Amino acid sequence: MSALAWLRSVGAKIFRGSETAEEMDEELRSHIQYRADDLERSGVSRAEAERRARIEFGGYEKIRQESHEALGGNFIETLLLDLRYSLRVLRKSPGFVVAAIATLALAIGANAVVFGIMDGLVLRPLNVPQAESLWGTEYGADSGFQSYLNYRDLRDRNHSFDGLAAFNFAFVGLDTGKEPVIATGFATTGNYFDELRIQPYLGRFFHSSDERGPGSAPYLVLSYAYWHSHFQDDRGVIGRTVQVNKHPFTVIGIAPPGFRGTLLFASIDFFMPIVNQEQVGGTSLNERGNFHEIFETFGHLKPGVTAAQAVADMRTVGAYLEQNYPKEFDQQSSTLGRTGLTSFGSAVRAFMTALMLLAGLILLAACANLGSLFAARAADRSREVALRLALGSSRKRILRQLLTEAVLISLVGGTAGLLGSIVLLRRLSVWQPFPGAPIHLPVTPDAKIYVVALILALVSAFLFGIVPVRQVLRVNPYEVVKAGSSAKVGRRLSFRDVLLVLQIAICAVLVTSSMVAVRGLLRSLHGNFGFEPRNTMIVNTNMSMAGYRGDEMPAMQKRMVAAMQTIPGVERVGLVNNYPPLVYASASRANVFKEETSDLRPSNTAAMPYRYEVSPGYFGAAGTALLAGRDFSWHDDKNAPVTAMANRNLAVAMFGSVSEAVGKYFKLQDGTRVQVVGVVENGKYLSLTEDEQPAVFFSFLQSPASQTCLVVRSRRDPQQLLAAIKGKLREMDSGLPSDIQSWNALLEVVLFPARMATMALGVMGLMGAMLSITGIFGMAAYSVSKRLRELGIRIALGAQRKEVLQAALGRAVKMLALGSAAGLVLGILASRVLASIVYGATPRDPVVLAGVVVAMALLGLIATWLPAQRALSLDPLVLLREE
Amino acid sequence: MPDQAQLLPGTLDLLILKAVSLGPLHGYGILLRIGQISGSALLIEQGALYPALFRLVRQGLLKASWGTSENNRRAKFYELTAAGRKRFREETEDWNRLAAAIGAALAAQAEEA
Repeated sequence: MSALAWLRSVGAKIFRGSETAEEMDEELRSHIQYRADDLERSGVSRAEAERRARIEFGGYEKIRQESHEALGGNFIETLLLDLRYSLRVLRKSPGFVVAAIATLALAIGANAVVFGIMDGLVLRPLNVPQAESLWGTEYGADSGFQSYLNYRDLRDRNHSFDGLAAFNFAFVGLDTGKEPVIATGFATTGNYFDELRIQPYLGRFFHSSDERGPGSAPYLVLSYAYWHSHFQDDRGVIGRTVQVNKHPFTVIGIAPPGFRGTLLFASIDFFMPIVNQEQVGGTSLNERGNFHEIFETFGHLKPGVTAAQAVADMRTVGAYLEQNYPKEFDQQSSTLGRTGLTSFGSAVRAFMTALMLLAGLILLAACANLGSLFAARAADRSREVALRLALGSSRKRILRQLLTEAVLISLVGGTAGLLGSIVLLRRLSVWQPFPGAPIHLPVTPDAKIYVVALILALVSAFLFGIVPVRQVLRVNPYEVVKAGSSAKVGRRLSFRDVLLVLQIAICAVLVTSSMVAVRGLLRSLHGNFGFEPRNTMIVNTNMSMAGYRGDEMPAMQKRMVAAMQTIPGVERVGLVNNYPPLVYASASRANVFKEETSDLRPSNTAAMPYRYEVSPGYFGAAGTALLAGRDFSWHDDKNAPVTAMANRNLAVAMFGSVSEAVGKYFKLQDGTRVQVVGVVENGKYLSLTEDEQPAVFFSFLQSPASQTCLVVRSRRDPQQLLAAIKGKLREMDSGLPSDIQSWNALLEVVLFPARMATMALGVMGLMGAMLSITGIFGMAAYSVSKRLRELGIRIALGAQRKEVLQAALGRAVKMLALGSAAGLVLGILASRVLASIVYGATPRDPVVLAGVVVAMALLGLIATWLPAQRALSLDPLVLLREE
Repeated sequence: MPDQAQLLPGTLDLLILKAVSLGPLHGYGILLRIGQISGSALLIEQGALYPALFRLVRQGLLKASWGTSENNRRAKFYELTAAGRKRFREETEDWNRLAAAIGAALAAQAEEA
């Protein structure tokens, strides 16, 4: 039955129930009135008549009860009775109640949080009309469609899409008359908004018809949030001219409030036409081989076209491109994905699914835990159950009452967990993990989360509520009443034991994986990156934001390097185009050919190293060791032959060894012969988890770029240099916006997934550990309390402490060992998945293995400490006398 | 009230069916009707009538509806359903057979040997 139908039937029962209860009262009372009327007519006073009528009627309450039962029981009445009774029973064991509620609050809260994030990132489609037919081409080096020309061919040659739009990131200096600020936007194709089928909140959007060649559409559409925070909802902004990288643009519209751009985890400030991208210093749209012009291409599929047909269609276009542009185009796999996550989709989905699975395991462990606690309580209450059965209660009624207890606890726990999770989710939704990057989590706690939490609470109530059912059904009232409460403790493995082992195993999985993750994270924090991020500031500037052109750019950049060197405390200064390694996961690759290769098609490349353009002194500033040859000099400029430096990996791959490489030549895509002048050590470039990658470095003087990062290394804490760096920059050009952060702070972005994974796993591991403690504690305490008399006799007969402990806790310890062993094995298997997220996460790590064993042993020790103390401090005399 | 007999277990239902078979009645009316047709010879605890009534309604032998009584009080009237009528006939026959048999058994004289 669906949850809704169930609720409706319950509602109907409650409604009908209270109605009949009122009607019944009315009917019974009217009977008494009739009788009183008759008696009054026979000559008695009204008061006396009513008194007699009531007496003749008989015990009103009793009759009411019997009538209820005759009507087949009344749902709400019985429920209230059960509730009242449950509350009374639960009030007697506050410790149990608090533990149970806290366990459930944590477990359900964890699930609600994970679900909330998953809902925001994975389940919820983009907030645009007909999002279900909207598909994006997967972005990445593997897809061949990510240059603007390729996009245009795909758009015009496919037969599957209604239309295709595309966007790219645009980081610009936005000057609205005050100080220029850095803003993040999308440079989009003209049909962007039309393909998304959305309407502006204010003003108008730009359209395909506005695109009439490069620089023809200087229009800006602001996001609602940016308009709200930077223009204070000023409607007069429409039509106003603002400066984008010193170029005048007209604000023509405001996007609707719910629309933050087509990338779920980014918050975008503005949208501009992609045809104006080059004008404001972006890449040219005319290079087919440049895969960095388009971030994602997306569109609505035509009605009736399946995703598979569309992919086949895309491959056909790809084959066409490959045939016509063999040098620039190499068709690799092309796929479709949901718009909003692009190539991060599968990773995000996998991670969230794994997290949801773990959260589910936590809840399952909590249920197993509570189930065994409930079973233990039911066993303790077997006398009460037997008495109630003997007094004529039905087993159904007793089970119903036990279940009411379970539901009561889980609803309270679920509510607590839900409230906590909503607070946490609200925080997450305004959280900006990196000050420099426009990243935010699109989580908005809504009704779905309430429903999920409610369902989880009810499901868990039934899961742990039904554990004692078999026990209750088996109760033989006569036996129990006769034998007293000291029922025998089973020797065979009971259902409860299985639950406990299962729970411990789950917890051990969580503990193992969290330890693997923590170890991996620690290792990646202290690993060798091929550069030294400590004591280093990264000064990010974009020359085009201040209107520099052509040769002015490297000249100004060279002056900046020199100026930084004059700051006291600064050791070395270097410069790198775009971003240094590991920052914003941004790197481009070059196709490198052997010197003797003449057919320069992509399939003939000898290597595809990451490509960086750096200044002389960059390696010194970055702390990268020079292995052979020389560094660039300021003479490696446009007038000098093109030279390059390779990392060890590329040197070995191309020329056999480091020393062989120096002085040798290779070829680039455009046929340029390049001489290798030096070799540097390997490093990490795009992610911490990558294998050793080849990298090639060129002199920035030979391929100037407007956006560069200065690397400023100092002897002192570089934060102290912040003011001096800013002062120098302002001195040189007050109109040049800059973004200054320490390299370590920027590495946070790269470490973010690992950190998130480690934090999430750490929390889950902690919860798992707590659950194990309560579970083992419950089991140990229960077994000690059940066997007090036996233990007393053993002590009286001269048993040693060791033997007493073995008798009292042997079982609990055995189960702990069994569960931990199973969990450890499973955890090691599960950790293989982790290795893809957390760098260096390997379960075959003696420290991890030992750590898990020690942790589980410690948990066991903590959990059995109190019961053991109780068993040891038994006074057999007192105990035997009492019984 | 002198000379009132305790009801045999199970006979209250039959008496209710009989009383209602003569026309729709409310609870107190049923009690009066039973008193009237039995010549006030049967002792019925007034309240005990209701659990029995509700049971019969639940078994589908009676149906109930709210109406206004002769002295303008709101009251719930009971009448026989088709199933109730059938059951009433069967139980009457059963009772008559049983009563005849027990009566005959009790009336038997010692046979003269």
